[in-house]
Amino acid sequence: MKNQKIYAYRRENGRVGVRNHVIILPVDDISNAACESVANNIKGTLGLPHAYGRLQFGEDLDLFFRTMIGTGSNPNVAAAIVIGIEPGWTQKIVDGIAKTGKPVAGFSIEGQGDIATIAQASAKAKEFVQWATELQRTECKFSELYISVKCGESDTTTGLASCPAVGNVIDKHCAIGGMASFGETTELTGAEHIVASKAANEKVRKQFQAMFDDYQKLVFGEKTNDLSESQPTKGNIAGGLTTIEEKALGNVEKLGKKTKFVGCLKPAEAPTNTGLWFMDTSSAAAEAVTLWAASGAVVHLFPTGQGNVIGNPIEPVIKLTGNPKTAKLMKDHIDLDVSPVLQGEMTLDQAGDALIEMIVRTANGRNTAAEALGHREFVMTKLYRSA
Amino acid sequence: MIHFLVHDTADTVAVAVVDIAAGMQLTGRDLSTNKPLKAKSAQDIPLGHKLALKDLAVGETVIKYGNEIGKVVKPIKAGQHVHVHNLKTKRWA
Repeated sequence: MKNQKIYAYRRENGRVGVRNHVIILPVDDISNAACESVANNIKGTLGLPHAYGRLQFGEDLDLFFRTMIGTGSNPNVAAAIVIGIEPGWTQKIVDGIAKTGKPVAGFSIEGQGDIATIAQASAKAKEFVQWATELQRTECKFSELYISVKCGESDTTTGLASCPAVGNVIDKHCAIGGMASFGETTELTGAEHIVASKAANEKVRKQFQAMFDDYQKLVFGEKTNDLSESQPTKGNIAGGLTTIEEKALGNVEKLGKKTKFVGCLKPAEAPTNTGLWFMDTSSAAAEAVTLWAASGAVVHLFPTGQGNVIGNPIEPVIKLTGNPKTAKLMKDHIDLDVSPVLQGEMTLDQAGDALIEMIVRTANGRNTAAEALGHREFVMTKLYRSA
Repeated sequence: MIHFLVHDTADTVAVAVVDIAAGMQLTGRDLSTNKPLKAKSAQDIPLGHKLALKDLAVGETVIKYGNEIGKVVKPIKAGQHVHVHNLKTKRWA
C-alpha cells in the first residue's frame, strides 16, 4: 500500500501523536480529588483518576510506574501535570515523562493541603493548555503511527470479517515499516500454536510461549469454578461463540496472513523498533487498551461482534463490526461496518482499505464514536495485592 | 443469498450468516476454496451461531478454522444447532 500522508503532532522526541491532550495525572488514589478539581478548573485538560499507587511493590510497582510514565509520555499527550500525596514518587513520574522533552510539572499535597496544590497546579495547567492549543498538525506518514489491536464482545462474525479486516491492515502497515501490537494472552488459548508459528525467530517464540504458559498457570492457580463460566463471556455466547478455543481462533485473525511478530513486551512496555509486537496483557478491554496507550500506541483498532462500547482517554479507539445486526442496533458505537463481507459483497482487502481510510480520518482529527460518547476508560492493571 | 460460511474444508461446523429457520435448504461457501456448498437446517439457527455439517458423536472433536474448538457432549445430527448445550471446551473447564 502507499504510505499515505496524515496530519498529526510531531512531538519533541520525534514521535507522532494524533491527539493533543494536556493530562492531569494523579500519582495515587488519594490525589484523584485534587486532579479532578484542576481538570474542572482548566478547560481543555483531561483528568485521569485511577484506583492505585499506594504500597505497591516488586513487579507490580514496576508496572505501576511504567503505566504512569508511559501514559504521560504517549505522543497523543502534549503536556502533563502530575499530582501526588508526597514528592518522591511524584518526581519519579515527572522525571520519567520529562525524558520525552515535553512540558511536565509535578505537585504534591503533603505540607500544604489540597487547596493550595490545586491553585498551583491549575496555574500551570492553564499555561500548558494555552501553549498546547497553539501547536499545529504537520504532515506525517501513516507508517509513523503505532497501532494497537484488540477485539471485544466477540462473536463468530469477528473471526469472519472484523478481525481479518484488522489483519489485512496489520499486513499492509507492517509492510511499509509501521509499528503495531497485539496481546490478550489468555484469549489466545486454543490458538497459541498459530501465534507461536508467527514468531519471527526461535527466541521470540520461546518468550511468547513462556508468557502464555505463565498466564495459564495464574488462571488455573486462582480458579474456583468452571472457567467456561467467564470465558467465553455471556455476550460471546449470545453471539454464537461456544468455547475459548473458538474465540481464540477468531481473535488471531487480527495478526494478518504474512506478518511475523518481532518481539514480546511486558505489560505497558514500549516497543523498541518497528514491526508487530506481542504484549502480555489481560483480555479485559479497558485494562488492555490502557496498557497499550502506556506503551505509546496512538490509535487502537477494536473489532467487536456484539458491540463492546469501550474507549480510552489517551488513544482513540476505532470500532468495527462484521455483524449486520450490531451495525444497526449499536450504530452509535460503530465507526466502520464491514458486515457486507459475510455476503461476499466486500472482500477482506476492501474491508482493510476501508479501515485504513478510517484510521487516516481519525488520525487527522475525526472523533471516534467512543470519543464523541465520552468513553475514557482508564483502567490500570494490578498484578497482586498491595503490601 | 449466502446462509452459511465455512472457514476450512476440514471443518465439521458452519456459521449462519443470516437467521436460519428449521427445514431450510441452505446455500453456503467454503472460504478456503471459495466453493459453493449446500446443507439443510434441522433446527432454527440464529445469525452467528453454528450448525453441524455432519452427525457428531459424544466425545468427538469439533473442527472449525481447521482446528479443534472443543468436544461433543450430547449427540448432534447434521443441520442441528451446535452451541454450549452440546459442545464443551477441552481447555478451560
